[in-house]
Amino acid sequence: MASTSIEVGGAPRLGRVRAFLSRLRNGDEVAHLITLLFASTILLITILLVFELYRNSALARSKFGWQFLFTRTWDPVFEQFGALPFIFGTIVTSAVGLLLAVPLGVGAAIFLAELAPPRISDALAFIIELLAAVPSVIYGLLAIFTLVPLLRTVVQPFLKKTLGFLPFFQGPNYGVGLLAAGLILAVMIVPFIVSISREVLMAVPVEQREAALALGATRWESTWKVVVPYARAGILGSVFLAMARALGETMAVTMVIGNDPKITSSLFAPGYTIAAVIANEFTEATSDLYIHALIELGLVLFILTIILNGLARLLILATQRKGTAHA
Amino acid sequence: MGVTMDPLLVTPAAGKDQPEKSRVIPPAEAAVKLRVVNLDFYYGNVQALHGVSLDIAANRITALIGPSGCGKSTFLRSLNRMYEMVRHARADGQILLDNENALNMDVSRLRRRVGMVFQKSNPFPKSIFDNVAYGLRVNGWGGKGTLQEAVERSLIRAALWDEVKDKLHKSAYAISGGQQQRLCIARALAVDPEVLLLDEPCSALDPIATAKIEELLFSLKKHCTIVIVTHNMQQAARVADFTGFFLMGKLIEFNETAIIFKTPARKETEDYITGRFG
Amino acid sequence: MNYRLLWRKGLNAVMLSLTGVCTLLTVSVLFFILGYLLWNGGRAINWDFFTKLPRPVGETGGGMANAIVGSAKLLLFAALTGVPLGFMGGVYLAEFGGKTFSFLVRYTTDLLNGVPSIVMGIFAYTMIVLPMKHFSTLAGGLALGVMMIPIAVRSTEEFLRTVPVSLREGALALGASKWKAIVTVVIPAALRGILTGIILDLARVAGETAPLLFTAFNNRFWSPGWNQPTASLPVMIYTYAVAPYEDWHRQAWAAGLVLLALVLLTNITARVVLARKLSSATG
Repeated sequence: MASTSIEVGGAPRLGRVRAFLSRLRNGDEVAHLITLLFASTILLITILLVFELYRNSALARSKFGWQFLFTRTWDPVFEQFGALPFIFGTIVTSAVGLLLAVPLGVGAAIFLAELAPPRISDALAFIIELLAAVPSVIYGLLAIFTLVPLLRTVVQPFLKKTLGFLPFFQGPNYGVGLLAAGLILAVMIVPFIVSISREVLMAVPVEQREAALALGATRWESTWKVVVPYARAGILGSVFLAMARALGETMAVTMVIGNDPKITSSLFAPGYTIAAVIANEFTEATSDLYIHALIELGLVLFILTIILNGLARLLILATQRKGTAHA
Repeated sequence: MGVTMDPLLVTPAAGKDQPEKSRVIPPAEAAVKLRVVNLDFYYGNVQALHGVSLDIAANRITALIGPSGCGKSTFLRSLNRMYEMVRHARADGQILLDNENALNMDVSRLRRRVGMVFQKSNPFPKSIFDNVAYGLRVNGWGGKGTLQEAVERSLIRAALWDEVKDKLHKSAYAISGGQQQRLCIARALAVDPEVLLLDEPCSALDPIATAKIEELLFSLKKHCTIVIVTHNMQQAARVADFTGFFLMGKLIEFNETAIIFKTPARKETEDYITGRFG
Repeated sequence: MNYRLLWRKGLNAVMLSLTGVCTLLTVSVLFFILGYLLWNGGRAINWDFFTKLPRPVGETGGGMANAIVGSAKLLLFAALTGVPLGFMGGVYLAEFGGKTFSFLVRYTTDLLNGVPSIVMGIFAYTMIVLPMKHFSTLAGGLALGVMMIPIAVRSTEEFLRTVPVSLREGALALGASKWKAIVTVVIPAALRGILTGIILDLARVAGETAPLLFTAFNNRFWSPGWNQPTASLPVMIYTYAVAPYEDWHRQAWAAGLVLLALVLLTNITARVVLARKLSSATG
């Protein structure tokens, strides 16, 4: 709000006080205070959330310390809790998901940004954005009855036969497991990669493409060698965002991962993610330590997603600034 | 710097060819409505106005002309303290409305007395009726009957009533640009302002719409004091009783329009009038 | 020379077609989901589904009437929490915000947006379920409400910012005080966009399951009031889908179809409304 320097008979302070009082009467200050209060509440809630996570994991943190992150055992009976199997499962499923989603997503984004005529691009992008709105539990529902049987009867035996020399594709085949979870995650995060990458690619100045094409490059070469590298930071940002989503994804993963806190090399094996174990065991937790251990897992997940989201935003910001700097 | 003019000393131009709409001031009848003394204006560290002083005559049309960026709009907007929306904007000096300190009084009250019409018409996304009634409602005046009368009166004064009387409840965006600007004038008139500030009100309009508004201004003179910023010198010459020429944040010259345009006292004024720059 | 050019052209054709294939694959997922749900869910939907309570474990028949009402109640609580906080927060950021505090608020809102939904459930659990010592609709509603805040804030702030300065100036010039100008001109001008954003937010939250697992929990019967555990569509879908009973699977499909239909229809309508609003923004 502007300040008005008032020179009326040499009493500026009086004028300012009067100005404040009149603002108060007008209700401006009141309105400011009310909205400020609500905004502060949001701040408070966030702080409270972090605090509660911290406070309610105290038992586990004090008992296990940093070892918690590196212990493989998860034994509720003997109250030995370690996060490693879940960190492992979370990372592996997210990695599989990303490995499949990134090429698919970036590929689709390239098509929509570079090749498709604007109307079709918009329409298809709209459809893909709707995919992002589909609830996780519905992905899970479909995965249980379509993906898992498919994996069990067709895909995994096939992989075993052809790529069975790799440790990833050995071992018993249940259908549910790390691979299933990774696949459904891939399906769920592709829309995010496509939307963001498409926007980032469309923001690359036309001159870049034109320069490449004028030098005799093919469409693909201009796209892959000039446009995509230019938008690299933003695309990477979308990947980080997708990763953050994948880490926190609960329902679909819980429904197909097999719920086994083991660390194996086989993708066919059942596994467990942080979100899945919390979802499954929270209401069954019998002791305070058990619950605190689960909440500590939640804290770990929270911190991981914060870091990833933060990195993602920085990257996307970097592309935006780059775009305007060159424009 | 700037010419403070006492309208009481102005003598009518004698025996000249007067166009029908007389711009001659009857001697000793025009009082001072707004008196500005040594107004400095700052946007942060940049000084936009330097010691501007002038008197705005009551019930007359005063035009402010000058090249882009000369400060005429800044000056106009300081008269109703619109700059208070902007951070780091500051006005130093005196602005007296009927001898009351305008910089000190309750700003809502000031703005009821000093109304403004903007360069690009800005009707609210409401009906025509609600637009005109807005100022009345927001200041807590009047029940339904009073509103109806006031809206009709304002629309008549703004020469828009006949064109919209059947569609008062249609959206304000359903009428033409020129009509929208007259709607904004009606809206400003509804609260019965003593002064009406117009910031290049016709710059976005075609000549016919412009002519309608200029005609309007003549009839409005009876009810209020008018200050108009314009890019268009011919417009100033057509409508204004007094004209002030701004350049680089300073008021170079201020006098009766006829004098400014025919026998300007300052070289800068003459250069601008004859089109040597701006 | 010619050889190399042929290779490049070939690669060009192949890679470009591949991107088309990627797009096709992605887009077809939606149609696959829709189709499958329509087929399986469509067959399973009947009048009972909407009107009957679930039958005891193992028995066939029954419906999800309580889950539908439960979801509605949860959304009501979520809206009561999330909308005022989000809306007012957005108004603060767009109209009143000071520099540092605004930055803080935006940062924490972003932070809140990134919180995994299961962690949100933990939060509501520690805040409400623990002190109350039992599950409740309130706890579930609050978890969902807090999840709504970031998008409500962003939506409100963005749409308020689209209101042109000229409208604000017009109101102020007529003697309106700042808050009056905001309430009578700025907010009404932005209202359609803000409402659409909030409705989209509600649709998103309606499909969330994880935060409800240990807050609203589940309930085989009706859940009167606000302090009992309650059934909800997403939780029922989950529970029924992972169970070994055929009839429950059938009902899960039905519920899935209803949920998806609601979510998709809301999304499509909202986005169309938004697109139309944006194109007539200058109107």
